Amino acid sequence: MPRRDDIESILLIGSGPIVIGQACEFDYSGTQACRVLRQEGYRVILANSNPATIMTDPEFADATYVEPLDVDILTQIIEREHPDAVLPTLGGQTALNLAMALHARGVIGVPGTPEMIGANAEAIATAEDREQFKIAMQEIGLSVPASGIAHNMDEAREVIQRIGLPVVIRPAFILGGKGTGIASTRDELERAAQYGLDASPISEILLERSIAGWKEFELEVMRDRADNCVVVCSIENLDPMGVHTGDSITVAPAQTLSDVEYQLMRDAAFACIRRVGVETGGSNVQFALNPANGDMVIIEMNPRVSRSSALASKATGFPIAKIAARLAVGYTLDEIPNDITKKTPASFEPVIDYVVTKVPRWAFEKFPGTKGVLGTSMQSVGEAMAIGRTFPESLQKALRSLEHGRRGLNCDPAEALFDEMTDEELVTCAAIATPDRPFQLEAALRRGITIERLYEATRVDPWFLDQISQIIDERAHLAAVGIAALSRADWRRAKRLGFADAQLAWLWGVDEDQVRATRSAHGVVATFKTVDTCAAEFEAATPYHYSTYEDDDEVVASSKPKVIILGSGPNRIGQGIEFDYCCVHAAFALHEAGFETIMVNCNPETVSTDYDTSDRLYFEPITYEDVLNVIEVERRSGDLRGVVVSLGGQTPLKLAGLLSPELVLGTSAASIDLAEDRDRWNDLCARLEIPQPAGGTASTAEQALAIVERIGYPALVRPSYVLGGRAMEIVYDDDSLRAAMSELAGFGTLGREGGLSAERPVLVDRFLEDATEVDVDAIRDRTGDVLIGAVMEHVEEAGVHSGDSACAIPPYSLSAETIAVIEGHTRAIADALEVIGLVNVQYAVKGNQVFVIEANPRASRTVPFVAKATGVPLVKAAARVMVGATLLELRDEGLLPEPVTGHVAVKEAVLPFNRFPDADSVLGPEMRSTGEVMGIDRTFGLAFAKSQMAAGDRLPTGGMVFLSVADRDKETAIGAAHKFTDLGFTIAATAGTAEFLEGHGVPVATVVAKLGEATGVDAVDLIASGKVNLVINSPRGRGARADGAHIRAAAEQHSIPCLTTAAAGVAAAEGMADWARHELRVRTLQEYHRGATDQLELPL
Amino acid sequence: MKEALLVLADGTTFEGEAIGADAPDGISAGEVVFNTVLTGYQEVITDPSYAGQIVTFTYPHIGNYGVTDLDCESRRPFCRGVIVRDLARRRSNWRSDADLEAFMQAHGLAGIAGVDTRRLTRHIRDAGAMAGAFGIADERALKAAATAEPGTSGVDLVATVTTDQPYTVGDGPLRVVAYDFGIKRTILRHLGTLATVEVVPASTPAAEVLARDPQGVFLSNGPGDPEQVPYAVDAINGLLGEVPIFGICLGHQLLSLAIGAQTEKLAFGHHGGNHPVRRLSTGAVEITSQNHNFAVVADTLAGKAEMTHVNLNDGVCEGFRVLDAPAFSVQHHPEAGPGPHDASYLFGMFVELMHAS
Ligand SMILES: Nc1ncnc2c1ncn2[C@@H]1O[C@H](COP(=O)(O)OP(=O)(O)O)[C@@H](O)[C@H]1O
Ligand SMILES: Nc1ncnc2c1ncn2[C@@H]1O[C@H](COP(=O)(O)OP(=O)(O)O)[C@@H](O)[C@H]1O
Ligand SMILES: [Mg+2]
Ligand SMILES: [Mg+2]
Repeated sequence: MPRRDDIESILLIGSGPIVIGQACEFDYSGTQACRVLRQEGYRVILANSNPATIMTDPEFADATYVEPLDVDILTQIIEREHPDAVLPTLGGQTALNLAMALHARGVIGVPGTPEMIGANAEAIATAEDREQFKIAMQEIGLSVPASGIAHNMDEAREVIQRIGLPVVIRPAFILGGKGTGIASTRDELERAAQYGLDASPISEILLERSIAGWKEFELEVMRDRADNCVVVCSIENLDPMGVHTGDSITVAPAQTLSDVEYQLMRDAAFACIRRVGVETGGSNVQFALNPANGDMVIIEMNPRVSRSSALASKATGFPIAKIAARLAVGYTLDEIPNDITKKTPASFEPVIDYVVTKVPRWAFEKFPGTKGVLGTSMQSVGEAMAIGRTFPESLQKALRSLEHGRRGLNCDPAEALFDEMTDEELVTCAAIATPDRPFQLEAALRRGITIERLYEATRVDPWFLDQISQIIDERAHLAAVGIAALSRADWRRAKRLGFADAQLAWLWGVDEDQVRATRSAHGVVATFKTVDTCAAEFEAATPYHYSTYEDDDEVVASSKPKVIILGSGPNRIGQGIEFDYCCVHAAFALHEAGFETIMVNCNPETVSTDYDTSDRLYFEPITYEDVLNVIEVERRSGDLRGVVVSLGGQTPLKLAGLLSPELVLGTSAASIDLAEDRDRWNDLCARLEIPQPAGGTASTAEQALAIVERIGYPALVRPSYVLGGRAMEIVYDDDSLRAAMSELAGFGTLGREGGLSAERPVLVDRFLEDATEVDVDAIRDRTGDVLIGAVMEHVEEAGVHSGDSACAIPPYSLSAETIAVIEGHTRAIADALEVIGLVNVQYAVKGNQVFVIEANPRASRTVPFVAKATGVPLVKAAARVMVGATLLELRDEGLLPEPVTGHVAVKEAVLPFNRFPDADSVLGPEMRSTGEVMGIDRTFGLAFAKSQMAAGDRLPTGGMVFLSVADRDKETAIGAAHKFTDLGFTIAATAGTAEFLEGHGVPVATVVAKLGEATGVDAVDLIASGKVNLVINSPRGRGARADGAHIRAAAEQHSIPCLTTAAAGVAAAEGMADWARHELRVRTLQEYHRGATDQLELPL
Repeated sequence: MKEALLVLADGTTFEGEAIGADAPDGISAGEVVFNTVLTGYQEVITDPSYAGQIVTFTYPHIGNYGVTDLDCESRRPFCRGVIVRDLARRRSNWRSDADLEAFMQAHGLAGIAGVDTRRLTRHIRDAGAMAGAFGIADERALKAAATAEPGTSGVDLVATVTTDQPYTVGDGPLRVVAYDFGIKRTILRHLGTLATVEVVPASTPAAEVLARDPQGVFLSNGPGDPEQVPYAVDAINGLLGEVPIFGICLGHQLLSLAIGAQTEKLAFGHHGGNHPVRRLSTGAVEITSQNHNFAVVADTLAGKAEMTHVNLNDGVCEGFRVLDAPAFSVQHHPEAGPGPHDASYLFGMFVELMHAS
């Protein structure tokens, strides 16, 4: 069936900010869909609030709305654009939920409104409503775990009578898995069920018979309009049922299923997608299998592309989202060619001749108070995928791709982590799923604990345990033989098991380069194979490669000049989609400029690892050894001009110094080091006469105390060479300073991030209180010409990590003189560092004084935001500058338009506290946000209001504002409070704040009692009562669970917007004031960039 | 661990290590083919259609879920050897009752592991299926064995795998006679639910079959070149028009010869579980299990049969219906074992045809 001609325009709903459970994979799917639909000649309208995505680049859609993903806003977009169809299956759960809400409102999917393509409302409801889904599955003869619904404890007990223990408890209508748990005993049930009932806003829980310990599988299936179905990929979870697939180590294809079992699962998956009624597109179906007898139950199905479908696409080379988009507009699978072979159709099932392993990455260390135990709700923030010819090889590659301080499964300092434990302790620990589990399994097997015993305790399949023990056996052999006596066969076997040279170097106590040299002398070098969807049955036209240790190499020579772009690895807090955006832009720009672009990355979610993005793709870890392998093979096969290290964040930047200097494109490794090395950086600032906060470097607590003696408290303690303010702390006295130093010393011995050692001292700086933080992104070319991308003023004061604070373009309160000073400093610093390419400089402005906090001669997190706000494609320009172009030339080429003005763009951070109910939501110098959104409008207030709405906190239009702020914030709070009262809000406040406000003429309607005080309503009660519409609470106590922490937790629990700085309160007040006078209006990015907004009346 | 070598007839060599049974003189020779299935190694190894061939598995981990009697497609493996990248050291699956390696040893089947099977596959893809020899013997001996190996053209491999005595399986309501050219047990299981199936040796003449008064005749899969089984073609000629006929794989090729069409050898055949086939009557695409080196030349069916199925990868004829007799056949394996179940409706069509006649 050919392309549908009865529709002309399609609205695609994106997934919004990166949050846990919804990451770059939806940029990947959305970008593919936009591309395909435009190629097919449709008018594409896109709604997505996330400025760091490729899909929101203005050239990817005809109309791009970087607007909040909110039902009202989407309704406005639909009214403005009149799309013929809405495609909701490529923007994750967010898009599905929004589509359902729009449908419920009668805005889409009913006669006379845009049609829902991909999946209709009924199909979505059948898949998403757990009850409805279970009934539907039983109808078609599939088993589901027994379950029942309860609204109170009596009902819960009744359900248990019927289905028995253990059970999984899932509250209805919750965010991020809060209140879910497993209960195995009556006591646990009493506690867990009550907790679940409390967590559910409608006091409803689903109790489901737990099958924790069964094997968990996923199938990625596709269906077209003609009812052709295919399985794209099967995935087996190493972690059994009970650990969310997003938190499990997963392996493709399934390893321990016989064909008989696999085919039954395949039949069941097709029956499921047909019954649910997904007409076209990809779906993810999850199964559990009883390892004792093969009993199979279906767990859930997602009627949309997902994280797993992105993984499956990267794992097989079969682009699910791209094909789903084509299917949605009428094509059938057999009408779509297989991209990779070009000759065969997409109506087939990919087969692979390698093993793919995905390992998640968590960030528990950033959320003190969380237990760090994995369960049925997802907590990881990113993932790395690796391809190897065998499971051990892909596992070790994936582990080193994670960059979590481990070089592989063992053979590194941290392999000793569990040495102190008894066997019994170790097995008990391994039985509880945590991020450490793979290493605990390794340690246990290494000391001879049997596979049977570990299987009993962990339910990790014996096949996986045996594969892991092959790594351990090899480790013993390698250690015994030693580097000198190793034969060619030994070398080959070790590398085929995925051992990195760095692991072997550690094992033998030699230098990594020596390992490489000795190994190469034996002729054992990396070979690159191809991902081709068909296990070599047909020739592949797409150069998508991975390394392994085999006989021959499939990389073909080419004649164009080549550039390697190093990606940013797995998402983590502090380094996410923004850097992927930068790498992708470099690939586009350099390709256009006539280079062959070569991407190296290991994050399966991303656009950068789409083989359509660059001319060649290497799915490889970003380590010294792996990058060197790519450099060598590319040098062999053509004219390699250099390597881009400065666009993928800290990951590739760390390698700059290790590569031959002539290969590093743009800013030199020496300059990068100059900006990182504290002493040399201080000298540079002194020479340029740019003030810095007073400070010094310390390797011991004594040195730190001596510095504070000189600079005074409060002080900021920060480790060097870290990302996202890891382990950064503000200290107010000697005790907390000592505590901070000893914690860092502890990290050092384990090789953890932020670890303290003589080479990696801690920076102790005077903490600037009440300073305004400013970020600048700029480009400098080889002639010294500097382009200031933007000066961004932060909403929250310095001390809140730049990644966690809101910021605005243009600055909304800084004076023209201050901005000029900042621009001047930026130019001077860029010059002094001899930057060629991007540089990001951070400042703190206190009064009229501008202090520089740090400079990073690389792409920053804010670059995509700047590009979206100003219409200047900064990264494309920077990439060209790095290969020699000048800004002048780029202007002549038309690549550098003047920045557009006339509107305000506000970036707001999105924080994952709903996933970590035990952690305090207060902001600080350690970054904890996972993503960002942009609000764009005529005034700062409106843009801020939009940014809050986009971040999930709709500012209220009336009601009660509850204020409770630290003394230093009280002054700031007055202004905000006045505005609130002017807008007709009533004010509630804690005693101290209330007294202060009333003293300044702000009427306070309700004064709340201190927590736990016998008399009166306390803050938590008040919030729980539902009377409060906005909470403004800045921290004062430094105790673990001060009042403030409870207030913020209560706001989080009841989904009341909560601002944790007074400055944000002021911005909110301004937003609400503007909003009260002017409706929020939607405009496309294309209109903003054309300056079409000039025609809008600007009444403010 | 014993180092071993694989040598192809064109002299290309591959390093590996010996697994499974010890081969006589440390040499196993045959035609080297590859199969791309991700699961189902046991079914492949025990499929008699692989007689004379050495099977390379493109999926690197083989043996993960062990073996079970339930998954044997015949009484023993008929292939000449197995080439894998990695043989599982430990199996894990509730259905399994032995290791693959133990199974190979028990059946005298030798193999070679550790081979860069992707390089080998690419080589065969480009150069075509070719003879090879592997084992612990030295390179010269292996090269000589590879060169001496006749391959699968020009020899009657069916005779080496067919049953010598007729036997009966199944308890379905109909009566079917099934020719055993190397029949798979999964096919018998399918037929057995539909009919009482009398399995007869490949050389059984038409008259003998008709004497059993079947409601339908089934032509099984089997190894090698259809032109080397002229006696079967003769028999089919005697059956055409007399009784409804359904053929699979080699049975399909033999049926085509019987109606005067031609077959040819493909460069490296179809061996896998993921081939898209279009059912021309509905336009639907089915994902099929495939295992053949020879194929029916579509043009030569003209005037004799109507093509019913076509391979979407390369246009190979996957099925036809005879114009003037109740007979049809497919090249792929609707019985699966291993592979997808998408085409299992074909057994139902056989039943319909029998009822209609
Ligand atoms: N009945 C159950 N018993 C044990 N674990 C379960 C059960 N149901 C689900 N799980 C676990 O919880 C995880 C999440 O459940 P799922 O239904 O897939 O929800 P989500 O929509 O969050 O992916 C699964 O991946 C599985 O590991
Ligand atoms: N001297 C200082 N006074 C006040 N705040 C500071 C000071 N130094 C750093 N900060 C705050 O700490 C945050 C993180 O510090 P920064 O050096 O930028 O770390 P990172 O390298 O992780 O971005 C900054 O965004 C800023 O808010
Ligand atoms: Mg799930
Ligand atoms: Mg910073």
